[in-house]
Parts: sequence; structure tokens; C-alpha cells
Amino acid sequence: MKIHNTTTNDFLTQQTRRSFLGKSALGIGPLALFSMLQRSAKAESQQTGLNSGVVQPLHFPAKVKRIVHLCMAGGPSHLETFDEKPKLKEMHDQPMPTSFTEGQQIAQLQGQVLKCFGPQFDFQSFGKSGQRISSQFPKLGSMADDLCIVRSMHTDQINHDPAHTLFNTGSSLAGRPSMGSWLLYGLGQETDNLPGYVVLTSVGKGGQAQPIAARQWHSGFLPSRYQGVQFHASGAPVLYLNRPEGITLDQQENVVNTINNLNRQFDSVVHDPEITTRIQQYEMAFRMQSSVPELMDFSGETKETFERYGTTGGDGTFASNCLLARKLLEKDVRFVQVYHRAWDHHGNIKGSIEITAKEVDQASAAFIQDLKDRGLFEDTLIVWGGEFGRTPMGQGSGRDHHIKGFSMLLSGGAVKGGMSYGNTDELGYAAVEKPVHVRDFHATMLKLFGVDHTKLTYKFQGLNFKLTGVEEAHVIDEILS
Amino acid sequence: MKHLSLLMIIFSNVVYADDVQFNRDVRPILSDKCFACHGPDEKTREAELRLDEQASAFADRDGSQVIVVGEPAASSLIARITSTDESDRMPPPEHGKALTADEIKILQDWIQQGAKYQEHWSYIPLSRPEVPVVAKTEVSPIDSFIRRKQLEANVSMNDPADRRTLLRRISFDLTGLPPTYKEVLAFEKDDSNDAYEKMVDRLLQSPHFGERMAIYWLDLVRYADTLGYHGDQVRSVSPYRDYVIDAFNSNKPFNEFTTEQLAGDLLPNASLTQKVASTYNRLNRASAEGGLQPKEYLAKYTADRVRTAGAVWLGSTIGCAECHDHKFDPFSAKDFYSFGAFFADIKEQGIVNGANYIEQLPVPTGDQQTQLAKIDEQLKQTESNFNRQSPELDAAYDEWETAAVLAGDRWKEHNATDLKSQHGTTLTSSETGVVVASGQNPDKEVLELEFATDLATIGALRIDVLADDSLPARGPGRAANGNFVVNEVEVSYGEQKIEWAKSYGSHAQNGFPPENLAQNATGWAILPKAGQDHYLILEAKQVLALSPGIESEKAAKFKVTIKQNHGSTHTLGRFKISASPESAVVEGSVIPSAEVAEILKIPTENRNHEQRSKLNSDFRNQTPLLKQERDQLAQLRTAKKQIEGAIVTTLVTVAAPPREMRVLPRGDWMSTAGDIVTPAVPEFLSSSEHEQAEPLNRVDLAKWLTSAENPLVARTFVNRLWMLYFGHGISRSVDDLGSQGDWPTHPGLLDWLAIEFIDSGWDVKHLIKLIVMSETYQQSSIVSPEMRSTDPFNKLFARQTKQRLDAEMIRDNALFVSGLLVDKVGGPSSKPYQPAGYWAQLNFPKRTYQHDQNDDQYRRGLYTHWQRTFLHPSLLAFDAPAREECTAKREKSNTPLQALVLLNDPTYVESARVFAAEIVQQAETFEERLNFAYGKCLSRVPTQAEMETLRTLYQSDYEKFSHEDSKDLSFLKTGLAPAEKVENQSEIAAWTSLTRVLLNLHETITRY
Repeated sequence: MKIHNTTTNDFLTQQTRRSFLGKSALGIGPLALFSMLQRSAKAESQQTGLNSGVVQPLHFPAKVKRIVHLCMAGGPSHLETFDEKPKLKEMHDQPMPTSFTEGQQIAQLQGQVLKCFGPQFDFQSFGKSGQRISSQFPKLGSMADDLCIVRSMHTDQINHDPAHTLFNTGSSLAGRPSMGSWLLYGLGQETDNLPGYVVLTSVGKGGQAQPIAARQWHSGFLPSRYQGVQFHASGAPVLYLNRPEGITLDQQENVVNTINNLNRQFDSVVHDPEITTRIQQYEMAFRMQSSVPELMDFSGETKETFERYGTTGGDGTFASNCLLARKLLEKDVRFVQVYHRAWDHHGNIKGSIEITAKEVDQASAAFIQDLKDRGLFEDTLIVWGGEFGRTPMGQGSGRDHHIKGFSMLLSGGAVKGGMSYGNTDELGYAAVEKPVHVRDFHATMLKLFGVDHTKLTYKFQGLNFKLTGVEEAHVIDEILS
Repeated sequence: MKHLSLLMIIFSNVVYADDVQFNRDVRPILSDKCFACHGPDEKTREAELRLDEQASAFADRDGSQVIVVGEPAASSLIARITSTDESDRMPPPEHGKALTADEIKILQDWIQQGAKYQEHWSYIPLSRPEVPVVAKTEVSPIDSFIRRKQLEANVSMNDPADRRTLLRRISFDLTGLPPTYKEVLAFEKDDSNDAYEKMVDRLLQSPHFGERMAIYWLDLVRYADTLGYHGDQVRSVSPYRDYVIDAFNSNKPFNEFTTEQLAGDLLPNASLTQKVASTYNRLNRASAEGGLQPKEYLAKYTADRVRTAGAVWLGSTIGCAECHDHKFDPFSAKDFYSFGAFFADIKEQGIVNGANYIEQLPVPTGDQQTQLAKIDEQLKQTESNFNRQSPELDAAYDEWETAAVLAGDRWKEHNATDLKSQHGTTLTSSETGVVVASGQNPDKEVLELEFATDLATIGALRIDVLADDSLPARGPGRAANGNFVVNEVEVSYGEQKIEWAKSYGSHAQNGFPPENLAQNATGWAILPKAGQDHYLILEAKQVLALSPGIESEKAAKFKVTIKQNHGSTHTLGRFKISASPESAVVEGSVIPSAEVAEILKIPTENRNHEQRSKLNSDFRNQTPLLKQERDQLAQLRTAKKQIEGAIVTTLVTVAAPPREMRVLPRGDWMSTAGDIVTPAVPEFLSSSEHEQAEPLNRVDLAKWLTSAENPLVARTFVNRLWMLYFGHGISRSVDDLGSQGDWPTHPGLLDWLAIEFIDSGWDVKHLIKLIVMSETYQQSSIVSPEMRSTDPFNKLFARQTKQRLDAEMIRDNALFVSGLLVDKVGGPSSKPYQPAGYWAQLNFPKRTYQHDQNDDQYRRGLYTHWQRTFLHPSLLAFDAPAREECTAKREKSNTPLQALVLLNDPTYVESARVFAAEIVQQAETFEERLNFAYGKCLSRVPTQAEMETLRTLYQSDYEKFSHEDSKDLSFLKTGLAPAEKVENQSEIAAWTSLTRVLLNLHETITRY
């Protein structure tokens, strides 16, 4: 007999696609192949074994194990946060030189007279490194020596939805996996009672709350087990986690055990490997019904912690989500994404940033310090930034969307603190020095996890898709410690 | 070691008994490893070498040849791929895809055997292959093809499935619903030869057949109820979904189905149905985000349409050619944009400006059409009654006119001498005294008007508000709906102010009657009668005396202040002011409108036709003699409006002069450097016959797709149908039949089915029946682990495939088992229970989900409101796609979130408790009850072991639920369904534990 052109890789792929747990699907398949599936030592030791990734062994030594993305949704102005532009201040209210803007994409300012709009806040030097940061971020400023400020980010999409999609998936088209899903696919997850990829969101008082589609954490064409799981501040923290009213935990356990028992009995008749998987999933689901509420319980935190973050937890604020993010990272959740949907400042940027900065400054700094205190800082990558920046040109008292240059913060033991990388031009319009595209960020992030971005691929519609797409992407080695 | 040797057989490419074939063996290697640099894409082609074309590969290159037929050793291709020098070896190491030893061997053998090129299999024109002869007895062509491969592999068909499994399988496959237990028992007893065929025929005729097919088709065409970008606003397209259901139910030939969707609007005398079908072209994601650049989004929409049409009909990834020529298949970037040009005539804007302002076509149901026709008939009759002539009416008219002249004399129109607004509205006054508000349109406004008068007293004030085309919704107000709210009217003369005794007017809006003004209440407004003139009359408690003498000869001046505090621009647009020296008028007397008062001043004989009919109509609208007719007309018109308002609309395709389409280099929408293109099908697939003088349009596109010569459409569709019934396509890559796709396991069968499909007149039901009647389909899905390891992917189809049910069907099944399912076909989308706050991330506007409070709650899953950016979480958990892009194959995942849905989603808890109540009522003993429950849920009886397992759970829970201390039966109130009024609630509660278990079983959500 002949089965054509099935490589071992395809075999693995198809098996992973078929079921949540590689192990059970393979258990019935050719055993020889099963042994070829290498697994991380940690996952191996866990009886469920749902955790192995496809990158075996890693392409590089891993510097980080987890990542948190503090996503400043709406597009924070780089000019009022981390990119000081004295020249723009001088040019305030003067026409924006057309040499900058001609033939460029413009969002809401289409067809309007373009005038420079001076930065609304002074900048100060912070830390031993003397990094220049807006006066609105004193707490983050105090962490300046742990921050790597990338001032030369640029992207391709000028509207929120596609720009987020690009930042998360490397493409503005729908249906591609988000970076968290790629990480789980490549590296597996290290928890067996929590999802490996968790999403938290909050809104602020200083700007329109931009919609965020569930697509942003979807697994696209990767198996849906790699999807991000959203934790909610109100109601059941995970959808459908709460038992029916009146059913005790014991009773629920009885029901789950009975389901598993009957499934096992039936499996002896039909020999269906999916049943073994199903049983494990019910066990995991049941564990989540205890582990998630435990996680959402902040009573174990100290008063100092609450003061540091500026929250007592559980109130749905950005600060509370930062605290929860720390708890999730402690439990070895691989990717936590914290959206703060408050940065779309088309008008009154001064007043809006004063409000929004207060909402995030203290908690962001507290979060970094907390990771340091708990020894998580060394192997966690912290990313702080939005889907794009804002125009040096004014839009009334605000600024429009801008994709040619913006800033992003990186932190954690694997990146160099107290440094900045790249620059925009003198008016803060375009990234001119060492420009970093979103896909360069993706390549760098994957490298820190020990993954070569050109080699983490998934075959879909005949193509080997990568997070970094088809254009060239570069690891920014200079910022890695 | 045994397993290892098996693997060698399965996975090695080398063990071909027959010759190497280019398409089957060689192309996949070249495509995957070489075409990126030596393939169709001109821009990235190296060394001017194309390995996908014989001429290039065989060409003489300074004395050497890449391929020398029959001589691998002389072929530089072999030399390069086997080179030990890294800098010389192909593919270059940095390319990342090295050739395996097996692959090199295949290439060597192929050259040795003559290096015969073949066109890619799916592009070869279709011809009916010969059906292999495999058995002495006659078997169906499908089984012949399948058995032939099995014979070669020394494998035979699995046993047939048992009757129960078979009926459950065919029911789920054809209708998405299980059979009833009664049907299963009857089928098991029916020993007639055509028992199964009768069942198949019955199910193909079921109205639920179309629903099941629609689930899949809607995935392909990415049908959803919302825009998909940014605010993800709702747009109405559900009539299209119902069109798809009807099309499959009525077995509309697939070529017609294709044409109507792509070009229904362009067909001669297009029917309503055909127009509805053209909604297909509008199903792309669209954005209403302020500040987007329309040109960019028009380019996105076009690309989306090309990707989708390419995926739906051609099974191709033509979408890859948006930025560059396709790397693997012969689609050029020009092909991509020429294909896009077919859609350039679709009338649309880059930004969806409020989802209401787009081409929405009302689609009345049959019922609605009948009702409307009836009302129109009644209206006609009543109108003729209303306009009748009679001596009695003539006399009444004379009386009316006399009274009106008198009343009109009472009012004296005034021209304002000064106009002021407090919040920025520009006011002007015409010669005839009409005050016009324009310019800024503030939310609220206070008007201060001054009038000179020669009246000695003011007893009443009259404001005529006037409709006009220049105002929103014709006014008379400036709010978007033509409304206004007048909150206060003040008349003052120096320090003196008039206090109003009473106020009245021509129309009262609910809650805003004109009477309010004299009572200092909320104010006067005129909905729903916007767009027409109205008047307001205010009568003073005490007549105000004016003293014209004060400023010598000059006329006295009084001031009118009109306060409009309602907000959102509810202010007056056009009006005029009249005053009367006296206050009281006789109750019920005639009050002519400003216009009528003017006409009455004209002598009767000088009035023109228009003026006469205006008087007549005012008379008829006021005379008590016609009150009954007036009331009747008002009722009928309200009823008509209600029906019309309830008619669901769909976003259809409307053709406009085509936009200019260009090739966009690297997909850059800002570039104008690319060539202008006109509609054309991909060049390598086109035949010269289609060349014509007129530019092609969407009808031509559809004709080309469904012409017998098109090699892709039938192959694509039958391959996907096969997948629906076997879990895998004949070519596994149901979304890509191109160069990178999977070689079909049974190419002959695929082509035979494709030809059969075309020859049958694109008869979908015919094809499905052929498939499900086959022996191959009717096999058992249960096999030994040994057999599974022999053919892990079931490429020989020597067994059926176990398939977890689709997301919608899992829910449908639970509702069906519990008896809650409402199986109404078609209609607007429904909203099942959904966790609160799930839509918190949506904005513009913010939305709160409200689940249906009526029968719509229990409709089938395919009718669920499809919110693209936040698809219903229980559907999402079971792999329903967001439908932002074409989905040809759904993932079948197995996750903990699925367990949480089945355990805790109120839909399943409600189903379980309703099911439990029925069980308790239907039987007495535990055994009888459990038998009943198993029959309903799984069409079988429980095993002894199952029974004991469940008895244990029952006893423990019954005890718990009976015990006062631990008794909390709140879950028995889950959902809308009324609770069973039974004495022993604890019993139902304990049975609910059991039914929850049953609804969670893997067996329940799987079709075997």
C-alpha cells in the first residue's frame, strides 16, 4: 500500500489538529512516532501531559518563559509619553512641513490643514540612566533603569481594528493566529489547571473605549486549544465557569466523574481516542472551577501590595488587572495580555493623558517592581505599548492616528534596561533611526523564548505560515542582555 | 519494530510499484521546495529557471541542461540537489527546506523514467474516468473506486454499521438532527430491501436538509449578522441565509445557485429571490470606523471578495496573488486584480456610514405580502368613501367655509422687526413673515423675536410651523426626524407678560400635547406627523392692552420668546407668528391653517384647482360627517406601516458604473503605478471562446465558473460534499486544490463524481444520495486499533469516520432531546442565552445583549445572531468560525471550555431539567425511566453497567436534594421554560443530574 507524501511533520500536525491532547490522539496511532514526540521535562512529569509544544528542542537557549503585554489600546501618543521633541514645541501652530507628510496615509485629518502641535508635557530625566520620560509618568520613570524604550516602532495599519490585528497576528487579515497562540503552539503550556494564554481588559475615563475584537486572541488556523481565554471582572471570571445555581462543588464533581465513567465504558466499545481526550478535558474543566476562583481571590495579598498597585483587586481596573496578571504569571501562565482601552485621544489630549497616565503609571511600575521582588522579572518579558502612535500634527486639541513612528517599552531580565533604541525624526513623525517594524518585535520576542521566527511555521492552505509573515523580519539583538 | 516497519510503508515515498507520476509524486516536492524561487512568481524567480514548466527546465543553458530526459546523472538538477558543497547545494540551506533522501530518489527516478510533465491535476479538464471492475456482483461506482484501492492495499471494507448507528448517522448528516427513538425502532424492524433508501429519500425531502447544508455554505461565504471591523455594527442580511436554506431544500441546480449569488441583480427581470441571493457580494467584512480612508477599504473589500470567491468556487488560494504573483500556482497579480474587477460595479462606499444607509432591500414574507395586499384593497375602498360627493357634504362645506373665513379674519400675521437667538442659530425673516432658522444647529435654543403691531390688544398668539424640503425629514423642526419641542412661549410688552389660559394645536405627540404649554408641562412636539404643517394657539387669561401712543406715532412693539430646551436639536426650522386681539374662541370652531386662511382671502371664482382641492381636503379632514372614514383610514395606515416596519431587509448588490481597477503593486492601495485592468478570469484557466467585445460582468463570471469546461468548480464542490459525509475530502486539502494541496487519495473517484455532478445538471441531492447510498458510507466507524494503525488517516476509506457534531448541532440535539426545539425554518436571527457582559468590549455604540424571551430562544443554532468580533461563546467553544473569512473546514477541537459549556451553559441546564421532568412523568421505576431517557437521548437502552453507574449518582443526589438542609433547587428554574408543577421536585432535581450527564456524554455529541 502507499500513502503519498505524508511526512512525519504532517502526521504530527494532523494529530495535533485533531485533538486537544496530543498524547491521547497519538496513543492509538503508531507508537514509534509517539516516541518521537519530545516533550518538555516539566510537561512530561505531569500526568495530563497536555503541554508540549512543537519546537523540540528549542532553536536557541530560552531567556524568558513568560510574557505580559500591557496593551495601551487606542494608540498612545509617543509625543506625550516617551519621545521628547523640543523642535515640535518650537513649531507649535506652524504648518507641518509637507516634506514630512506628502503622499502619506492620514486618518481623520484627511483634507485638513496640517499644523504642528507642540508636546503637552515637559519631560524629565529619570534614574541613573537619565532616560527622558514625560512628567506624567513619574512612577514608570522611577523604573527607568529597568526600561528599554524603543522609540522607532512603525506599523502598516492606520485604523484600530486592523492595527491591533497586525500587532497580534502579524497580518491585518482576519483568521491568522495571535502571537499568544503561536507561543502555546510552539512551546506548549506549563499549567494544567489554568489556560496558558489569558486576556484581561479594562476601560478608562480619559478616552473613547475602542472596541477590541475576540479575534485579537483567537488561534486563527491553529487548533482552538491555543486560543486566549478571556477572564472577566464581573460574572463568571471564565465564561460558563460557574456551576448551575444550587449545585454544590461535590455534586458537580459527582456529575463530572459519572460523565467520565460512562465515557470510559463507551470507549471500550468504540475505541475512540477522542474519548480519552474528552475525559482529560472534563478533569481540567473541573480543576478550573476551583483554581480560577482561587486565583481571583485577592485576600492573600498584603496591604503593602494593595498600596503599591493602588487597588485592592477585583474591581476591573487596569491596576487590578496588573495584580491579577502577576498572580497568573506566578502560576506559570505563559502569556497574559492586559488591554487598557483608553488611549484614543483625538481631542483634549492634555487632559486625557493626565487621566489615563494616572490610571496606568502607578500600576505598571508596581507590576514591574513586584515581579522583581518575586524573582519573576528575570525570565518574564514585559511589553508596554499600543497599536500605533499619534500625529505630531494637531487635531483640534488632540492628535490623530499615526503609523510611521511610535514608542514601546520593553522590560524584564532578558532586555537591557536603562537604554533607548532607535529614534524618530526631529518632529516625531517617522522612525528614521533603526526603525523597528511590528514583525521585528515579533521576531525578537520569539528569539527570547528560544524560537527562530523563520522556523515556527504551520501549514495552512498550502503555505507555511509564520507569525512574522513573508516580509523580512529582524531580531533586535542590540537590546537583548 | 513492527510499528516501525509499518511506518516505513506508510510514510516512505519510495515504495511505488508503478512509475513515478509527476502530479502525484514530483510536483508536491518541487512546489514545496523549489517553486518559491523557480516557479510562477516572476519577481522572485532566480536564474530565469522555472521548474513548473517543461520548456524552461529542459532548455539548453550554455551546454548544460537542468533536466536531461532519461539521464539523472547528466541533469544539473540532480547534481545541485545532491551536491556536498553547501554553497552549491539546492535548495540553499538558508531556504530552510532541505530535500529528504526519498525526495531526491523520486526526482532521480522521474528523470530516469522520462521526466514526463503533467499539468496540475485539478487544472486538467474533466473527463469521465472508467469505473474499475472490482467484483463479480455489481457495486456502485463509488464503491468500485474505493474497493479497488483497498484491494491494492490488501484491506477490505469494514462491517456495515448497525441500523441504529446508521440511522443516527444519516439523520445528523442530512438534517443536523437526530432521529426519534420511535423512528430508530421502526427502522430496525423494517426488513424491506429499500428500507434505507426510503429513509434517505425522506431525509432529503426534510425542510431541515436545507438548514444542515446552509450551516456549511454559510461558513464558506462567511455569512454573519455584523460588519466585522471595529464597532462591528449590525447589518441585516438574514433573508440571504433563508435563500440558501430554500435553495438546498428545493434542490436548486448548483449552477443557478452560483449565478444568482454572484449576479442575481444583473439577471433580466431579476426576481426578489435573485436579488436577495446577490447579498452574497455584500457579505464581506466592512468598517464604519470614522477616519478610515475609503480607498483603502474599497481595496480591502475587493481583495476579500476575490479571496472568498476563489476559495468558495475554485478551491484556490488566488488571494495569495494580492501582493505578488502566486508562488505555487499560475495565478498572477494581474489575474487577482482582473478578477477583482468583476466586483468593481458594486455600489458601495469605503466606509459604512451607519449601517442603515446602505442598499437594504425589503423582503416581505408570503404572509406579509398577503396582509399588505388586503390592507391596500381596504384602503382603496375607504379612500373612495372618504372622497365621495353628496348634497349633505356640499352643504356642510359651505358652512365650513363661512366659519373658516370668520376665524381667519381673527388672526393678523406679523413680520418680526428683530430676531435673536441665544445659542447661535441664524434667523432670517422672509417678506411673508416666515422665520427661517439656519446655520449652526445647537442642541437647545431660545428665540427672541420682536414685532411691531397696530393692534390695540393681544388676546391670543398663534404659531404656524411649516414643513419644507430644506429641513431634515421635511421639518418643521431641525431634529433629524423633523421634530421639535417647544417648551415655553412668552409674550411680553415692556414689563407685562401674558399668562396663558389655554393652549391647543393641530396635533399632539404622545406625552407632548399642545395643551402642555398653558400648563407649564413638558412642551409640544408633533411626531409621528413630521413633514407637514401644524399650528399652535395660545389664549391669554387676560387680554394684554398695548399703548401705541407711548412712542408717539410709532407702532407698539411686543416680544415673543420661544424656549426649546429638549436638546438634540429639537428646535423649530420654519414658522410664522400671528396675533389675535381677542382671547376666547368658541370651542370646536373651525381653525384654518395659515395656508388655508390665505386661500380663503381669494374670491371663490379666482381660486385655482390646487387651491380648491386644498380647501376641500381641509374640510374633509375636519368635518364631523367623515369622522368614521377618517378614523378607519388612520387605522389602516397605521396597520400598513406596522407591517412594513416588520419586513426584514437585506443588503443587496446594486450595480453602478464600475470603479477603475488597477493592479496594486505589493497590494499598496495608494499606488497608481499599476496597470488598469478589466474583468477577466485567470488567464491560464480561460479559453479564447470567452473573449468578446463587451466588458465582462458578474454574469459572465458565473457562466464561466459553471461552464462544463471549468475544471475546478465541480471538483471543489464534490470534494467538500465528500468531506461532509466522511470527515475528510478525497483531496484532504478541501481549501486548496492547487499545487500545494494534497494529491487526492482517489483521483478517479473525484473526477467521476465531478462529472456526474455536472452531467446530472448540477444536481446536489442526486450527488448526495449517490454518496450516502454507497457501501463505503454505510460502513461501521468502529475498528480495531490494529486497523487504525494500518491506515491512521483512513485514506483507504475502509471505515466510516467518527465525527463530533458541529457547534450548532450540539445545541440543536440537546434542545431536540429535551423537546424544547422550535423547528421553524427561516426568519431573522435569534438570540439564545449568553453570559452577561460578554459584549463589554464592543463600542460605537455600546450594546447590551438581550436574549430572546419567546420561542425564538429555542430555534436551531444556525439562526443564532452571528456577531463576528464576539461570536456566541458556546458556538465559539465548539469551533464555529467567526466567519470573517471563508472557512472550508471546521476545526474539531476537544477542550475544557467545551466541558464548561455543556456543564454550565443555561441552555444545557434548562434542557436537562425539562428532559428530567418528562422522564419522571413518562415512567415509574428507575429502570423504566432510565430506559426512556437513553432512548430519547441515544436511541438505545443502557447497559447494565451504565445503569448501575447512574443509579449510584441518582441515589446520592436524590438524598441530597430531599434533605431540607442541603436542598437548593434553584437550578430547576434555569431558563424561560415553565417549571413542571410536580409534587416531588427533589426527584426532578436528581434526574436533572442524570440528564446533565447524558447531555455531556461524548456519545451524545458525536456521530458514529
